Amino acid sequence: MSLTLPQREDRTKGIIKLAVLAVGGQGGGVLTNWITDLAQRAGWHVQSTSVAGVAQRTGATIYYVEMAPKDPSRQDDLPVMALSPSPGDVDILIAAELAEAGRAVLRGFVTPDRTVLIASSHRMLAVSEKIVPGDGRADSETVLKRTSEAARRTIQFDMEALARQAGSVISASLFGALAGSGELPFPRKAFEETIRAGGRGTEASLAAFALAYDRAAGTAGATAAVPGPAPVRGGVSGPGALMERWTSLAQRAAALPAPVQEMAKPGLAKVVDFLDPAYGAEYLDRVERVAAEDAETEGWVFSREAAKYIANAMVYDDIIRVADLKTRSARAARVRDEVELGEGQILTTTEYFHPRMEEVCGALPVRLGAAIEARPRLMRTLNRVVDRGRRIRTDGIVGFGILWVIGGLRRWRRSLLRHKVEGQHLEEWLARADEARRADYALGVEVLKCRRLIKGYSDTHQRGLSKFDRVLSCLEPLRGRSDAADWIRRLREAALADADGVALDGAIRTVRSFTEEPGKSTG
Amino acid sequence: MAERSFAKEVQKLRLGDGETFTGEGILAITKALLQCGVGYVGGYQGAPISHLMDVLADAQEILGDLGVHYEASASEATATAMLAASVHYPIRGAATFKSTVGTNVASDALANLASGGVTGGALIIVGEDYGEGSSIMQERSHAFAMKSQVWLLDPRPNLPSIVAGVEHGFELSEASNTPVMLQVRIRCCHVHGSFVAKDNKRPPMTVADALENPRRDTGRIVLPPASFLHEKEKINRRLPAAIDYIKRHRLNETFGGEGKVGIICQGGMYNGVIRALQRLGLADLYGETEVPLHVLNVTYPLVDEELVAFCEGKDAVLVVEEGQPDYIEQALGSMLYKADASVLLEGKGLLPEAGEYTGDAMLSGIGAFMRKHAGAMLAPEIRAPNEPAPPDFDDLARTVPARPPGFCIGCPERPIFAATKLTEQELGKHHIASDIGCHLFSIMPPFELGATTMGYGLGPASASAFNSPEAKRRSISFVGDGGFWHNGLTSSIGNAVFNKNDGVIVVVDNYYSAATGGQDILSSRATNRTKSTRHPITDAIRGMGVNWVRHIDRTYDVGRMRHVLKEALTTPEKGPKVIVASSECMLNRQRREAPHKKKAMADGKRVVRTKFGVDEDVCTGDHACMRLSGCPSLSVKHLDNPLRDDPVAAIDQNCVGCGNCGEVADAAVLCPSFYQADVVSNPTGWDRFWFGLRRRFIGLLQARRERRRLLFGTAA
Repeated sequence: MSLTLPQREDRTKGIIKLAVLAVGGQGGGVLTNWITDLAQRAGWHVQSTSVAGVAQRTGATIYYVEMAPKDPSRQDDLPVMALSPSPGDVDILIAAELAEAGRAVLRGFVTPDRTVLIASSHRMLAVSEKIVPGDGRADSETVLKRTSEAARRTIQFDMEALARQAGSVISASLFGALAGSGELPFPRKAFEETIRAGGRGTEASLAAFALAYDRAAGTAGATAAVPGPAPVRGGVSGPGALMERWTSLAQRAAALPAPVQEMAKPGLAKVVDFLDPAYGAEYLDRVERVAAEDAETEGWVFSREAAKYIANAMVYDDIIRVADLKTRSARAARVRDEVELGEGQILTTTEYFHPRMEEVCGALPVRLGAAIEARPRLMRTLNRVVDRGRRIRTDGIVGFGILWVIGGLRRWRRSLLRHKVEGQHLEEWLARADEARRADYALGVEVLKCRRLIKGYSDTHQRGLSKFDRVLSCLEPLRGRSDAADWIRRLREAALADADGVALDGAIRTVRSFTEEPGKSTG
Repeated sequence: MAERSFAKEVQKLRLGDGETFTGEGILAITKALLQCGVGYVGGYQGAPISHLMDVLADAQEILGDLGVHYEASASEATATAMLAASVHYPIRGAATFKSTVGTNVASDALANLASGGVTGGALIIVGEDYGEGSSIMQERSHAFAMKSQVWLLDPRPNLPSIVAGVEHGFELSEASNTPVMLQVRIRCCHVHGSFVAKDNKRPPMTVADALENPRRDTGRIVLPPASFLHEKEKINRRLPAAIDYIKRHRLNETFGGEGKVGIICQGGMYNGVIRALQRLGLADLYGETEVPLHVLNVTYPLVDEELVAFCEGKDAVLVVEEGQPDYIEQALGSMLYKADASVLLEGKGLLPEAGEYTGDAMLSGIGAFMRKHAGAMLAPEIRAPNEPAPPDFDDLARTVPARPPGFCIGCPERPIFAATKLTEQELGKHHIASDIGCHLFSIMPPFELGATTMGYGLGPASASAFNSPEAKRRSISFVGDGGFWHNGLTSSIGNAVFNKNDGVIVVVDNYYSAATGGQDILSSRATNRTKSTRHPITDAIRGMGVNWVRHIDRTYDVGRMRHVLKEALTTPEKGPKVIVASSECMLNRQRREAPHKKKAMADGKRVVRTKFGVDEDVCTGDHACMRLSGCPSLSVKHLDNPLRDDPVAAIDQNCVGCGNCGEVADAAVLCPSFYQADVVSNPTGWDRFWFGLRRRFIGLLQARRERRRLLFGTAA
């Protein structure tokens, strides 16, 4: 019987199957309506479906469209179409965000035999990526690479940026990329008429559409993962005497080995910006001292990391620095840019501060600050006055004036308590790193890198310091082990994985478990 | 005001005989109701039929013109009880709600409605939320139809079939004096298609006519002895009448010709089955199938004769029945056994026992069935597919983050949970009971608050056992304003008062039934033309007997929120401590205000736009602020600075300036990176004068300092 039957194959080849994966609020519904309308205007059979509800609330959501040309011999018949996409059965997949393109691949909606993937390469970070104390962002390169491999053809570029450039939203540039891909047999004009028929924000939508159209038509088949151009670092300017001192400092930095320079140059600028050229000289003294003991055979790794983290350590975050940064003209200009302040508009800025007595003491002369800190009851009493949220209007005369004056305390910084504390801490850390380096070069580098753990203000800063201390407390038990550097790296990464230090506790327990074994000898 | 306006689309409801209607499934259902001469409609919103309620609300004028009464019911129970209007009067009525969540709530009314039976057609349209984004997928409407003995229609998911389903639903209901449930699945509700319309019909009898001429019949009232008669009537009269109607009007459809194998499916599964057959090369584009197909547009009651006849002469049949348990398959097994049939019955086993019948599940299930019982019908490559192993995407799977839904940008509920998290940091962990609604997103990162969710309005009720004088801490429970009015006032608040519960109850009031799309409720602040709003929740709570009530009228004040929460958890006062935390749903607020602001701006009026920003050189990249926010607008960015390891906080252009960032940074003593920028468009002369003066003064100070220092192009 089977011999008489024709060879059967998939009978849905006449249908174009298109899925849109978007994050709620991205306008996936608008895009789907446009696509449906487009096919309908062309006289095609079309069916679209969506799952509303999640659509506004930032979750991942799928829209699905099927379309087929009308068969003149079957004018009255309606094709039977599916209501949701099936793995291995999608012709065009539009992803409005890069991770969603990855999700589409994982769900099997992108297959090398048939699917063209049209994806915006920008990221909208998920909550899980943002709440990590370190860098929790997913690796975009993996997603770009794997999604391109999974598709028959890939069109990827930052459609969000193009849309913004045109003053529109991403649905318009996605529609443009779809048109530019040439995957749907409708002329460009038909797409544009569909947008016009929609009515709202037509001009901006058409502009975004055109930008994406050209890009998709031009780069068809290519994966475009172009990072934005690096911002140009401005030069240094200032009064003559200071410039002379700067030049001599810059020359000193330029004399350092090339890999060290890469960190020492921005480091020097950061340190001088924080205080004065003399502080820059202090910085270079330290870096040069480290570099003198380092070796080219090691690639100068230790001095390079030292140049980076010494600068960060010397530029500690105190209220003087915050006040200084917030009262600069460059900062005011940046805020104006960010809010896109137009002609005839005016701007007010309110800063959210919440200083505590600890921060105030840090900004007092060493003996006074230390004396107050040594009296807990006095601290508590004074804290009652200090510890509260303060909203400071930096566009106002009083608010700006206060911050300006605090920023001016800069010149007395060397005599203040916080400076002393930070200086001591820096020297201790550097000494430990040095000591570690002498025994195990890689370990020394890892100890330097632990400085990354110290960041934030108030409680967050305390927590960072405590993590730093806890990681380095493992130095002693790990001493002499060939994998000590690796363990310090792992401990540091664990410390950056969550805020409460759960991962770090676990990692420390692991270290303790094998270092406290009674039989431990050579390691 | 609902999230989506159908003001434009509802004009399609006016289409007349022969005109083609094109649009969404829910709109088609509404049009079908009007074509059937429905006398009253009502329901309770919830995905996927929220939009059906919105369509009805937006169509009130059209409904009014036809003399159709529209009711936004307080709950699904209310909606079902409303159908009592069809008990004594020949008026057609329809109610709609989400299934099975709503059907559970409606169950009591459904039992009583089904007992006495109806004179006018009574249709319950249940939106089946199964699959992606569903809340309760492991229960079936089918069970409710069986237990109450009401009929369940499950039409094929295309507009003409749904419309026919509505028409037959009313007639079937009247022919058998039984309420009828019409089940539509989520994607079917939002499917875009077309059908040929008919004229709308005025109801032959309106609710006004009925009110003017009251009737009663003791035999229809659910009280013994009548209810004993109802039980017999269900079997002896109503069921046979229903089966007769189903057979006479061929509500179930058979496709394809003869064959040794066949498929029996629920109507809603039809497109999925055909798609699988198409892909197997066994059906064409228009659904003409080589495998005989029996489609159950009525899934309860089943018509034994039809099914036994379909199976006759076949070697094997496959039942495609989504959901569990397999009621249809069991019934079919029983009827085939009694009929002494020899056909082999397949179903669950080849198809998944549970879970959504996706395209993939159908293809492999039906493919397996065909390979097993009719392999000769398949092309060789389909019969024995020799596919290469799918590529391995392990690294991608590890990379792509999960993306569950969460609080919107500027959501007023975010600061409530930020404050709760801060309170817990101070007072330790508490037992927290959650409820249904947007606020349930608190269980997700970054807040991770809430241990249970027992049902709409039942948050505080689900903490009621945690009331012990021996414990040193109190329970905290949440309920939304939607849940509060749905059921919470009595089941949760009244219960807590009566049982002297010592716990803390937070009522999250965002002015709307926000999770279902922003419908108005009793406490909404908007003026609603047809409904009575502005009834304060605090009045209701006090009226219920709660003495300790605090009202927070701006939830963004995280410090105050934390303070009140702490007070509630520590006060010596006995009895329930209720905090009403009110701020308008930002999604709705933006929708309400944005057009006004745009217009005011164009008209040259003074308009202030607020946005937050982060000083990237002050931010140290610890992300503590994100752990108290999760706002989509607050994200991280990489700085092009070799000295910085971790990305810093950044706020994008979608920021609505709600203030959560700044308030949290203040309340949690995080960092001074955040600033609030208020841009004043069309400033007044006074504004400009002051602004100019301040800018000159500030400019002088800046210049003075910057003249004496080195300036770097970018500060590090």
